[in-house]
Amino acid sequence: MRRFLQVAWLVVRKDLRVESRSKEMLFTTLFFAISSVLVFSFGFVRAGQAVEGAAAGILWIAIAFSGTLALSRAFERERYHDALQGLLLAPVDRPAIYLGKLIGLLLLLAVVEAVVVALVTFLFGAPLFRHGWWLVLLLSLGTVGFASVGTLFSAMLVRTRSRAVLLPVLLYPVTIPVLIAGVSGTAALVQPEPDLAMTRLWASLLVFFDTVFLTLALWTFEPVMTE
Amino acid sequence: MTTSDEVDFERVTVSDLSRFYGRRRALSHVTLECRAGEIIGLLGPNGAGKSTLLSVLATLAEPSTGEVRYGRWTARDGGANLRARIGFLSHDLQLYPELSACENLEFFAGLYGLDRPEARAHAALMTAGLEDRADDVVEGFSRGMRQRLALERTLLHTPRLVLFDEPFTGLDEASCGALVDRLRALRADGHIVVIATHDLDMVDGVLDREVLLRSGRLRSLDYEGTLRDRYRLGVATPPGAVKRSREAHDPVDGVEAEPLV
Repeated sequence: MRRFLQVAWLVVRKDLRVESRSKEMLFTTLFFAISSVLVFSFGFVRAGQAVEGAAAGILWIAIAFSGTLALSRAFERERYHDALQGLLLAPVDRPAIYLGKLIGLLLLLAVVEAVVVALVTFLFGAPLFRHGWWLVLLLSLGTVGFASVGTLFSAMLVRTRSRAVLLPVLLYPVTIPVLIAGVSGTAALVQPEPDLAMTRLWASLLVFFDTVFLTLALWTFEPVMTE
Repeated sequence: MTTSDEVDFERVTVSDLSRFYGRRRALSHVTLECRAGEIIGLLGPNGAGKSTLLSVLATLAEPSTGEVRYGRWTARDGGANLRARIGFLSHDLQLYPELSACENLEFFAGLYGLDRPEARAHAALMTAGLEDRADDVVEGFSRGMRQRLALERTLLHTPRLVLFDEPFTGLDEASCGALVDRLRALRADGHIVVIATHDLDMVDGVLDREVLLRSGRLRSLDYEGTLRDRYRLGVATPPGAVKRSREAHDPVDGVEAEPLV
């Protein structure tokens, strides 16, 4: 287990180091997320008043769309110079590589989400920070569920030519329960009278989805990556 | 539970190996034996199946039929410990251009679980003649420098089976000479070296044995003359008309002769 985590950490550290130099994924993902929220704000804010209940949906749409962009690039740098082959040839548990890639993505998405949450709060006047810890919990659980499936699909599609098109086509139908749970939990949190019981229910469902998706992804990564 | 030390081997045996990509046959009934202290040249025109065979030997691709045995192990039962005994320098160099030369080597040393990765990386950079570029990102390196770095990455964990796919690409004359010396040293140390190359003049006299892959089929180059002459004859000779020293299907120096059509 120690070696497993050590390998995952090596992959995370490598990805963060590469990202800190290129800033390719961070800037493109942030730019896309901010653009999405701004476009929505023109449609859903009239005379300084946002359409009721829109904020939760817009928050999660921005996260899902920008997350898809990040996911599509997740294994791209492994494909470049076929570094993926070097990773797969290493004497490590291959799921540890998956876990490393996933953690790297989650860290990136955490930065993006911090910016998006602030922007949605500002533009839509949504009380997202009223129950801040609940929001952090929902976002964390939702992002883990979304990214765990996305990282697996991104790895699966790394050798296919039309991966950019195929990723969302495969990803959204599978992760729709996660997105629904995330939107519904957040909506219950930001409505005029917060419904914490409902938020707890959706958070529990997210825990269930995360457990299933993570287990399946860790289990299937090895056979998926073997030609 | 096995360790990588236990999963050691002195011969690699490829038995009746075929590999299909959909309906396309990349390798057809390949039989080959490679022994420790031997350098085997894998020759053939483009698209002959050389890289596919190297990928299968590297355990990166599974055979469609047939099997590869590393001593008494197969890729499946040897697992990660078997992979620890294999080094593969592919045509793509498996390096991260955004990382420095030192960071690349340290990363892979970590993945291979080597102790003192910094010292290993430093020693490898010295051997590659890149010690003064250790902290420079690989993106700024020439192809030859990347090739030298990738070579050291491949040999970092002193693998038993070393697979090279076009290792002379981009190397200047001095580096080519150094690589040839390195190949000889690997042979002397008892490594099994399989090298796919088109640089016939470079490896002539270095190889212990050469085999020709053509349309996924393997044949020995059982002709007289220089390596280039033998290669030309081998490529020009139609299937089924191969000069054989033994009966068909009997291994010739570990290579199964091509059956008569």
